[in-house]
Formats: sequence, structure tokens, C-alpha cells
Amino acid sequence: MPHIRTLLIWGALLLATAIPLIAAGQSPLLAWRSPVYIAAGFAGVVGLVLILLQPLLIGGYLPGLSQTRRRRLHRIVGTLLLIMVIAHVAGLWITSPPDVVDALTFTSPTPFSAWGVIAMWMVFLAALLGLVRRRWPWRLRSWRLAHTATVVVIVTGTVVHAMLIQGTMGTVSKTMLCLLALIALAKVIFDRRVWRSGLRLGG
Amino acid sequence: MPTSFFTRRAFVAAGCAIAGGAASGLIVPARAAGLDPTRTMRGGANNYLPDAPIVDRIGGGGFWMTGTVRRAGDGAPLPGQRIQIWAHTTEGHERDPHSHGATLTDENGQFRLEMPQIVPAFGQPHGHLAYDSGDFETVFLRPVMPSASDTSLEAHFVLQPA
Repeated sequence: MPHIRTLLIWGALLLATAIPLIAAGQSPLLAWRSPVYIAAGFAGVVGLVLILLQPLLIGGYLPGLSQTRRRRLHRIVGTLLLIMVIAHVAGLWITSPPDVVDALTFTSPTPFSAWGVIAMWMVFLAALLGLVRRRWPWRLRSWRLAHTATVVVIVTGTVVHAMLIQGTMGTVSKTMLCLLALIALAKVIFDRRVWRSGLRLGG
Repeated sequence: MPTSFFTRRAFVAAGCAIAGGAASGLIVPARAAGLDPTRTMRGGANNYLPDAPIVDRIGGGGFWMTGTVRRAGDGAPLPGQRIQIWAHTTEGHERDPHSHGATLTDENGQFRLEMPQIVPAFGQPHGHLAYDSGDFETVFLRPVMPSASDTSLEAHFVLQPA
């Protein structure tokens, strides 16, 4: 019953992405925040959701998508992630400049900010790698290793960053989303044997 | 065998004497140096607005910021010291002037200022306090609430004469 399986997978994905957003939208903290601060927080939540989507897209775990479409979506979602990270930092900067300066210079009193900043730089690096993939002068295997390495730091850094924060996200939905992101990343790395595969034209 | 008994007792006594001497050696200079001044915390001065007015209460109140101010060295309580307080609360952001206020310590060096409930901002429910009046060296504190549902927070200053 391929249709039921397709529906189940997409339905589960919809729930996994919508529930954390809805839960964050119910947070009492929103009442005491300015629109810019709220937008900055939500950019972070959306970014975390996009981080879950990326391995699912490139690993081919979402049914009904051709390889070309999956790759294009992976690039689009990657670009959106980049935009979300920039919006997150910019919005927080507008809300409280000294706190963001502390974070960016690794002098913040809050340990989670360093994890977030490291993940931010790795998002920039992963996006840059995405840009130069076609012009990569070495074997594609090395490109994939480099991209995967940055992504491992992005996901780990983001998960620690998110879990240490007392913010608008619900604890349960945040934990679930982080676990799913970690599992999806681990699955795609093991399925594709990133550490040893050469150029694999499968997708 | 009395000899071995004596030896052991002598050994234990000597050990105690050495340990005691070492302990007192550690304690005495610390007493001589006295109470160390409080150091400014990372991020303590963020969103500081100098010269916050002395107020009976910040906004509608409901939350208590309390603490003590003492002198470095002898630990004497310092009355009449101005402590400035600000935080992200249910009534405003840290940068809003109406989120800032100041109070004076009483004759016991204690201060207590009512303010709106502090809510988590930038990942932690925290407050900011400043001593910045010139007689002593400036200190900025940034205490974090153990729980976001707490309705009070305390911070203690030990000030070094300027």
C-alpha cells in the first residue's frame, strides 16, 4: 500500500514540524516580547525545523520526490536555513545589541550562545560548500566529507544551543524535534557511508 | 608492644599537628586579606542606563530583588549605597528606561526593591544590578534565577574602596 505509506510519512513530517511551531506560538513569553524579538525567536525555531528536513531530503526518505526535485529542495531549504540564521541573529541584535556582541565574541555568560555561534559559522561554511560544489576541484568524496563534517557540527551545536535555552519552545516538542534531527542526520550518514563512499550517482 | 603503640600515636599526633598547621596556615592569611571584593560578572553591564532614579518600586511590582552591600576586607555593612537594578520583566525589555530603577541600602547594608516579575530573556531568567556611584569600584552583577517561576532573586556586593 504505497499510498498509505506515503501519507503516513508526510503526515508524520507535518506533525513533527508543525507541533514545535504551534507549541512555541502558545508560549506565555510572547506576551512580554517585542515583535522583532518574537520574529528572531521564531526564525530560530523554523531553522531547527529546516535542519530536520535537510537530511530527509538528501537521504531520499520522503516519498514521491524525484532525485532532481529532492536536490533542488535541499538547496532551497539550505538557502532558507541561511536566511533564518541571519534573521535570528539580526533580530536578537536589534533586541539587545550587547548580548549579541557577547555571543559573537564568545564572551557571553550563557554557555548556549557559543554553541549557536559555532553552528552559525558552520551554516555559512556549509552553504559556501554548496555554492562551490560544481566547481570543486577535488574528488566529490572530499566535498561530501567536508559538507557532512560541517553539518555534524551544525546539528550538534544547534541541538545543544536549543536544549540549553529557556525560551518559547515547549520542552517536549523541542526535545522531540532535536532527537529527530539527530536521528535523521545519523541515518543519512550511515546509509550513504559518507566516510568511505566515492562518487555515488545514486542521489 | 608499647614501642609500636607509642610510635603509632606519635605518628598520628604529628600528622594532626602538620595538618592543623597547614590548615591554620591556609586560614590565617585569608583572614588577614579579608573578604574579597565581588567581581563584575560577564554580561553584567549589558543594557545599563546610568543614573537610574531612586524609586519606591519599579512598575507594578510583585517580584523582589534583594541583597547586601559590604566592604571588602572587614566585611562591614555599607549603609546608604545606591544599587541600580534592571531586567526583562512582564512590563518591559531591559533597554526600556522604565525597566530601570535604583534603591539605597539600609543601616545593615541590605537592599530590597520591588519590581515586575522577571521573565526569561536571551535564554535565561536573569536580573542586572550595578554599583556605580564612585566611592567604591564599579561592580555589575547578572544573577540567574534557579527557576523562571521564582518571585525573588538576590545578589550580594562586596565593594573595594576606589
